[in-house]
Amino acid sequence: MKAKLLTGAIAAAGLMAISATANTAHAGTLDDVRAAGELKCGINTGLPGFAFTDDKGNWTGFDVAYCRALAGAVLGDPDKVKWVNLTGKNRFPALTSGEIDVLSRNTTWTFSRDVDLGFTFVGVNYYDGQGFIGRTALDAKSARELDGASVCIQTGTTTELNLADFFRINKIDYEPVPIETNEEARKAYEAERCDVYTTDASGLAATRSTFPDADAHMVFPEIISKEPLGPLVRHGDDQWADVARWTLNALINAEELGVTQENVADLAKGSDNPEINRMLGSEGSLAEMLGLSTDWAVNAIRAEGNYSEIFERYLGTNTSLGISRGLNALWKDGGILYAPPMR
Amino acid sequence: MYEPFHRTTDDMLRERPAPAATVGVIGWLRTNLFAGWINTALTLVTLYILWLAIPSFIGWAFIDAQLAGNDRFACTGDGACWAWLDQRINQFLYGFYPSEETWRVNIAFVLLFPALAPWLMENVPGDRYLRWFSVAYPVIATILLVGGFGLEVVQTDKFGGFMLNLTVGLAGIVLSLPIGIVLALGRQSRLPLIRWFSIIFIEAVRGVPLITLLFVSNIILPIFLPPDMALDSVIRVIVMVTAFASAYMAEVIRGGLQAIPKGQYEAAQAMGLNYSKAMRLIILPQALKISIPGIVNTFIGLFKDTTLVIVIGLFDILGIANAMVSNPDWLGLSTETYVVVALFFFSVCFSMSRYSIRLERRLDTDKR
Repeated sequence: MKAKLLTGAIAAAGLMAISATANTAHAGTLDDVRAAGELKCGINTGLPGFAFTDDKGNWTGFDVAYCRALAGAVLGDPDKVKWVNLTGKNRFPALTSGEIDVLSRNTTWTFSRDVDLGFTFVGVNYYDGQGFIGRTALDAKSARELDGASVCIQTGTTTELNLADFFRINKIDYEPVPIETNEEARKAYEAERCDVYTTDASGLAATRSTFPDADAHMVFPEIISKEPLGPLVRHGDDQWADVARWTLNALINAEELGVTQENVADLAKGSDNPEINRMLGSEGSLAEMLGLSTDWAVNAIRAEGNYSEIFERYLGTNTSLGISRGLNALWKDGGILYAPPMR
Repeated sequence: MYEPFHRTTDDMLRERPAPAATVGVIGWLRTNLFAGWINTALTLVTLYILWLAIPSFIGWAFIDAQLAGNDRFACTGDGACWAWLDQRINQFLYGFYPSEETWRVNIAFVLLFPALAPWLMENVPGDRYLRWFSVAYPVIATILLVGGFGLEVVQTDKFGGFMLNLTVGLAGIVLSLPIGIVLALGRQSRLPLIRWFSIIFIEAVRGVPLITLLFVSNIILPIFLPPDMALDSVIRVIVMVTAFASAYMAEVIRGGLQAIPKGQYEAAQAMGLNYSKAMRLIILPQALKISIPGIVNTFIGLFKDTTLVIVIGLFDILGIANAMVSNPDWLGLSTETYVVVALFFFSVCFSMSRYSIRLERRLDTDKR
């Protein structure tokens, strides 16, 4: 009798959960965002260059800029964003539960996240890859010579799995030193608790720049993984996924077409280039198809500029991180950044 | 074998000053630091460690430190880089609270002292009126912090920094003590329903890490609740922290209750006191008194647990520190920021501990 009651209660709770999720998925996210008047965007709790606070306590950074552009496109105002800061562990449940509308938190696009967890990656805004940093005193020229080394690694991320794969393929022994956050891992490496430290190459550049004796450390040439980072949304709402995807594509195309934060207002009045006109709304009906106002792309670009401007402001060679475009250059500049045409 | 005292003398022995080696500075040193060779060795080792640590710390923190500058590149020396303090201290104190409204937080903080005084100290002038003020204080503080009644509304997700630690910590402390007492009494109740509820609550909550409770409150609850019923995240944290601390508190107080001799219960009954009077007048005053160290221990643990709010996206002082060192301008300053955060926590926890020692001495009536 008791067991029956219990199973009954569990079934009821499960049904409630299903109907509740069904409810949240029912209304379109675009309408929800419009009704709420703000975009709920999931970002990191702090990652150099990608999400950090300025002196006034505002969130800024590369990942933050994307959400501001999206808020511009949807709501016409890049400031109408509610920031939800997420750790590596709770970012996916937050997106599933509807606590956020979009996740822009240096998240690697992988098969299982896309298929099994039920998310839609709307594109890649940063091609990263996992690398190693070690002391030059180690006398290793390549990561393949790291037999028996201890490796500081952030837990709960793809880097942990890549590391295991890399050492298994190359039949090298290693001793993992698992650490919760990037900053602690950096400290542990600096305190010589491990011989090498591994994370995404973008993070390594930031790490090396903080060492007083930067020359005593080297970044090994191997990039052992593909880490395409990009924003993602929930499965099952294609309209919202389209909005998120084409906002990102608009930023990349804007760079290709030479549309900048400064000249976007002028170009929006009409220009000689039909592709610019289609994107900025003076020709064609792209905005209508997307279900947004005509000036959606103008507002997205006005928020923080085109892709190149965003990259250079938060990550580029003029910042203290000093990351060069590399793979993230446009396809015509030798990179692999390639957005489909706006027509 | 007791030998009787034979020799007698007519004169009293003249009193002599104590040997020079047992009084004054030397005497204190001998009895406290150099009594026996083990103590002497320990003292010397400790002194050596201090001699190693303190000058280099002072050199790092003060003498070689860099005080001014706009980013980490201004800090060129070997010492600490305190240049960020100037720009960031407000974030460490108030989080993302709008800067033109922070005076409200300051007022709420200042008013905290008269609100706590009548409960923490004896012979406070006008304490009858102050007690009424204490009762009203949570309402006043909420209005000050959140807004309404003519004040601009500040969303609670703007709460952060040390103010968030204090808000959550104090709310948890004030709520968990009475709830803990009720649970402890409930666990000993003769009514099975009350006893079972108390036992299940205590064991279920105590058997789960606080971080899990916070996850549940943040991620699982919204799935069950209707989408438009969003519970405020600071309230969620306070509820979970309070529940967690109450379960521990209940067990601490149960320890105190069980230390009271059975005769006390029987004496209270023999005097014709009913249950609530017996508890209120005889049992609880004694039980709480002997539980003070455990209670304060739980308080201190609770206060430090407030740093876990980062897992649900709230930025307490530690979260703010981590967010700051992610700024490319301030990368790699985690040592300095951790030192500052540690100072804040130490000052609060140490005062709690000193106060509890004072309170124990004051209430230590049976051994005086």
